[in-house]
Amino acid sequence: MSDTHAHSVAFVRKTEIPPAPPPASQTGIVKWLRENLFATWANGLLTIAALYVIYLVLSVILPWLFGGVWNTSSLAECREVLQGRVGGCFSVLTERWPQLIYGFTYPTDQYWRPNVAFLFMLVAIAPVLFFDLPRKLLYFTAAFPFVAYWLIWGGSILVPIVAAVGIIAGYFVFDRLNKSSFAAGFFGAIATAFVIWYLGGFLIPEDQSGAMLSPVPSRDLGGFMLNMMLGLTCVSLSLPLGIALALGRQSDMPFIKWICVIFIEFVRGVPLITLLFVASVMLAYLFPPGTTTDLFLRVVIMITMFSSAYIAEVIRGGLAALPKGQYEGADSLGLDYPQAMRLIILPQALKISIPGIVNIAVGLFKDTTLVSVISMFDVLGMIRGPILASTEWNGVYWELLGFASLLFFVTCYGISQYSQWLERRLATDHR
Amino acid sequence: MSTETQNQLPDTGDLAAVDQSAMKVSNEVAISIQNMNKWYGSFHVLRDIDLTVYRGERIVICGPSGSGKSTLIRCINALEEHQKGLIEVDGTVLSSDLKNIDKIRSEVGMCFQHFNLFPHLTILENCTLAPIWVRKIPKKEAEETAMHFLEKVKIPEQADKYPGQLSGGQQQRVAIARSLCMKPRIMLFDEPTSALDPEMIKEVLDTMIELAQEGMTMLCVTHEMGFARQVANRVIFMDAGQIVEQNEPEAFFTNPQNDRTKLFLSQILGH
Ligand SMILES: Nc1ncnc2c1ncn2[C@@H]1O[C@H](COP(=O)(O)OP(=O)(O)OP(=O)(O)O)[C@@H](O)[C@H]1O
Ligand SMILES: [Mg+2]
Repeated sequence: MSDTHAHSVAFVRKTEIPPAPPPASQTGIVKWLRENLFATWANGLLTIAALYVIYLVLSVILPWLFGGVWNTSSLAECREVLQGRVGGCFSVLTERWPQLIYGFTYPTDQYWRPNVAFLFMLVAIAPVLFFDLPRKLLYFTAAFPFVAYWLIWGGSILVPIVAAVGIIAGYFVFDRLNKSSFAAGFFGAIATAFVIWYLGGFLIPEDQSGAMLSPVPSRDLGGFMLNMMLGLTCVSLSLPLGIALALGRQSDMPFIKWICVIFIEFVRGVPLITLLFVASVMLAYLFPPGTTTDLFLRVVIMITMFSSAYIAEVIRGGLAALPKGQYEGADSLGLDYPQAMRLIILPQALKISIPGIVNIAVGLFKDTTLVSVISMFDVLGMIRGPILASTEWNGVYWELLGFASLLFFVTCYGISQYSQWLERRLATDHR
Repeated sequence: MSTETQNQLPDTGDLAAVDQSAMKVSNEVAISIQNMNKWYGSFHVLRDIDLTVYRGERIVICGPSGSGKSTLIRCINALEEHQKGLIEVDGTVLSSDLKNIDKIRSEVGMCFQHFNLFPHLTILENCTLAPIWVRKIPKKEAEETAMHFLEKVKIPEQADKYPGQLSGGQQQRVAIARSLCMKPRIMLFDEPTSALDPEMIKEVLDTMIELAQEGMTMLCVTHEMGFARQVANRVIFMDAGQIVEQNEPEAFFTNPQNDRTKLFLSQILGH
């Protein structure tokens, strides 16, 4: 407005102002340092103090890390090699590597089986995590649980096949009956699956010694493999269960609503470790007498129950955050309840809930180490038990616990990075 | 007071008869509401509503805030449940049977004040979702229909954007197109323009006028009296949950009978 007269408010622009670049260099390293690290005296002092602390920490850690020993066979040998020098005794990791990863009772010549299962897992979860990948890959994902079960536990291949056939048959029954009523489809599917599993049970030979892959009982699983298996199984089971509980809690049907409320409130109110003790000693009473239910399965049930209660609450928050108009928009178009939920409500509610769900998934994954207190030898159980108790490695705390931390950190950080990518990817509201 | 005033009003049968000759409304009944009542808890929102809508009618509903206009049209597609009386849409009686409700909803289009588009889907996906899932139309065909209606509301070029990237007026036109994709026989509008800036109001009203000219049966809650005068064949005035007065627009505006109507019109037109 420089060309208007001071006493007049009327103004008509006659010339366009051409766009100009911003004022010359607001960047440069010195400028950045001055603005961010040394803006004031106090600021500068804090920067220097922080640098000093970082120096102190690194001056201890770096020599320990890089001066470490990797190829001795006991702590005593390590000390000999180091001769008082600072350095970690990382030999324990190399020497006990298979135990840390697979546990100490998994048959040594069968390590390739979990390895293959691990590779399959990467392929199987890829299309779930990254939906730009070809949708056909999801068939592999669907087959993965059965293949992985067979690889890891071995035994008769009929077990996973009967399980899969039961589920497929259940799905077809559901698809058929769902057209008339959802409840009929749901219960029909469950009944069909159970009938097929029951009948299929007669096909499975009692004696499994001749099986293609030698059977490995659950108590022989261990190490980080056990953590991964528990984490993956429980997260993938507790997400759908959590969704069902969250929807059930919002249901108009009082019976369903109260079941869900009681379940959620009860499970949330009990420490996980209590549930695990229940799994290890008491749950057997709930199953028909004579059947021995696998400890792994019992633990999976407990952890899944626990985390699904939390996930349900997170998703309930997401559902509550959706404006009522979204429900009405879906209703007014004639979508029925399952369609409205699946196509409109859940995609948005889950998107809102991603940070909360990831939080619980990360927590769940770390909580799988709690199984070490019911004498399952996960990575922490291995460290606390067989490794630290051995005469060779008694006392190598930092290296072992640091390694376990690193394993968990890498996985959890990966999950967190993925979730942030997912949130950006799904951001369509342009607020 | 309510019974007295209602007795003075012309009953719906009379009015429709006049309309048929004057405004090319067919005598086929589209919506029939008889003695309908609704309560929110103990609060009596809608009282003894009687209304017959003939195919091809354009009805504007107006009235002060809280008079139950939204509630009335939301009862027609069962977004709200009525407790007493009868609502019949396209020959189907509204009951609590879910199948029944979904059928009526898929025949009756509805536009909301706040559009209620689905923010996680593109404009095109918003428009094809219900045809694909409710009408079971093949995706390709649904997309063609959607583009046809998007062209009609004059925003085909926005098809691949998300609702959040559009202006309010554009969003409301998408909402109209989305309803039209279901090929509804009746359209309900609940204050479609009251969340919009003046220049966007016109583009939405133009779309609605075009729709009216094609013979769509329309029930519209609005305070756009110009629209009512030009397009409606009947204006209904509601107050305190009752239909207080209804008439042809000309007579309604120039010669209101009820005191409350007069007061309302003087407030809304008379500054
Ligand atoms: N869910 C509800 N629970 C209880 N009372 C409600 C509910 N919805 C609306 N009401 C009440 O019912 C009455 C009618 O509401 P309605 O939304 O139909 O009014 P309206 O005529 O559309 O008003 P406006 O012009 O402000 O949109 C109002 O007094 C309102 O407070
Ligand atoms: Mg309203």
